[in-house]
Amino acid sequence: MIYFVQGDLIKNKAQEGITMTTMKAIEVSHLTKKFGNKTVVDDISFEVQPGEVFGLLGPNGAGKTTTLRMITTLLKADAGQVKIFGHDTVKEGRLARSMFGLTGQYASVDEGLSARQNLMIFARLNGLSRQAAKQRTTELLTEFSLEHSADKALKNFSGGMRRRLDLAVSLITRPALIFLDEPTTGLDPRTRTQMWTTIRQLVQQGSTVVLTTQYLDEADALADRLAVIDHGKVVKMGTPAELKQQVGGTKLAFTVNEQTEVAAAVKLLAAQVSGAVQQTGQQLRVSLKQLAQLTPILTALTQAKIAISQLSVQEPSLDDVFMALTVGKN
Amino acid sequence: MEIQTHSGNVFMNTTTMAYRNLLKTVHNPDQFMDVIVQPVMFMLMFGYLFGGAIAGGVHAYLPTIVPGILIQTMLSASSGSGSQIREDLDSGVFDRFKSLPMAHIAPLAGQLFGDILRLIIATITSLTTGYLMGWRPNVDFGWIIVIGLLAILTGWALSWLFALVGLLAKSAGAVQSFSLITMLVLSFMSNAFVPLKSLTKPLQVIAHLNPVTYVITAIRQILATGSWTHEALLVLGFDILIVAIFAPLTVWAYDRN
Repeated sequence: MIYFVQGDLIKNKAQEGITMTTMKAIEVSHLTKKFGNKTVVDDISFEVQPGEVFGLLGPNGAGKTTTLRMITTLLKADAGQVKIFGHDTVKEGRLARSMFGLTGQYASVDEGLSARQNLMIFARLNGLSRQAAKQRTTELLTEFSLEHSADKALKNFSGGMRRRLDLAVSLITRPALIFLDEPTTGLDPRTRTQMWTTIRQLVQQGSTVVLTTQYLDEADALADRLAVIDHGKVVKMGTPAELKQQVGGTKLAFTVNEQTEVAAAVKLLAAQVSGAVQQTGQQLRVSLKQLAQLTPILTALTQAKIAISQLSVQEPSLDDVFMALTVGKN
Repeated sequence: MEIQTHSGNVFMNTTTMAYRNLLKTVHNPDQFMDVIVQPVMFMLMFGYLFGGAIAGGVHAYLPTIVPGILIQTMLSASSGSGSQIREDLDSGVFDRFKSLPMAHIAPLAGQLFGDILRLIIATITSLTTGYLMGWRPNVDFGWIIVIGLLAILTGWALSWLFALVGLLAKSAGAVQSFSLITMLVLSFMSNAFVPLKSLTKPLQVIAHLNPVTYVITAIRQILATGSWTHEALLVLGFDILIVAIFAPLTVWAYDRN
């Protein structure tokens, strides 16, 4: 569907940006921000490929939101450069801004207006003609199941409805790039799952998504690639799988039934795995490179007639990554 | 599916923003309270309380108090621009305005142009209340329009000043208390409610320095003589000067924000 409008420079350049597949969606280089003498964002660089979901993961106050605010031109960087589809956000601010949608941490919609009025006004401000704005508003209200409350004041909206509207407003121009700042913070589990579904749909439609989150399961569920941020620095970057791998793979734990056999069990384990064997009383823990290592270990234990109990095999979670990489309170 | 947009121009963006402010007021009519309830209340209260003491009767007091309340209402109506801007800046919605590919100045301009409606309502309410209380100026209706416009222009010039205060202040609460104090001092330390001659010498000096005195004098002169006076020209020039000074300053403060 094509909406009629005076096509112009911005549109043409935007299309150019999207069709050049080799172009990075975002290039962030050496971004730095100081508040007073505190460096909140410290020389952060990363790239986001078109079509990927990139997550900025970190504890509260790590600098995620500040980074996002600089990328989205809301905050001036002290140093560094951001390019969106090849366009510098400082030199070509308006052009860069026309290429992304932003959903802030706190619902950035007009409390005093209805959902329909919000969509209409933001559509007009985005440069849609009255006709196109009306049509797009109806589409989005339906798409985000808001049509029944479209004309109610936002004061009566639940947190989930507000977020949905917020996201809908960000999608008015169907931007190729969408920024979501903690999209599910404060939402109940059901609404959160709905939000995830919506985000996945966006990705299926070909959008590039950058999201910040402090929830590890969210990063794990949605992100193709992650940058773990702590104290304003990127401490680790990679796919969720890679990050988990780095923290030490699958964890095997069991308890040796007889005190006298613990030493023998430790010896046996040490022969099978490369890492150190951790011992707490009669409980032993090791990291496995692959799950396949499990069988020889169990066989060896059986052959040595060492009886064990409380066996557990744990896949690494991003929680481990988080705990291992970040230093707690910022 | 493609969405085609055009870059939008300052005028269109400003109109949309002014429309937004208008819609907000429709949804939340208490925002009109200050421009409707306040002039009616003050006109009735002051008229019936002080009319007898100051002018020997309500009717005789009306030519004094109607221009006085009119300008006092302009002061408080224009101060609304400041707190509104601060509230907007503090809410999440401003982030979105800033991230849109629209004319950068539109939110500020939209606010200031949208506020003209508040000033118009305030003017009509003040003058109508006066009329209902028996105020009958002995001039053509055209001159009533003229003083109305002069009051609105003065209010609008002041709203640039209050917008600047709003941009520089820390919170909407701070803007409101500053505005209230300014409104009270400027309106009471003038000839709005009492004849200057009745004041002590130091107060007379202050009242003579107070620009509000000049605006009220100009309006009273027009209403008394039915002609454009030197004082009115002075006020007109002064209003234009305020806009010429404070509009760029406000825009500068807005850019910095």
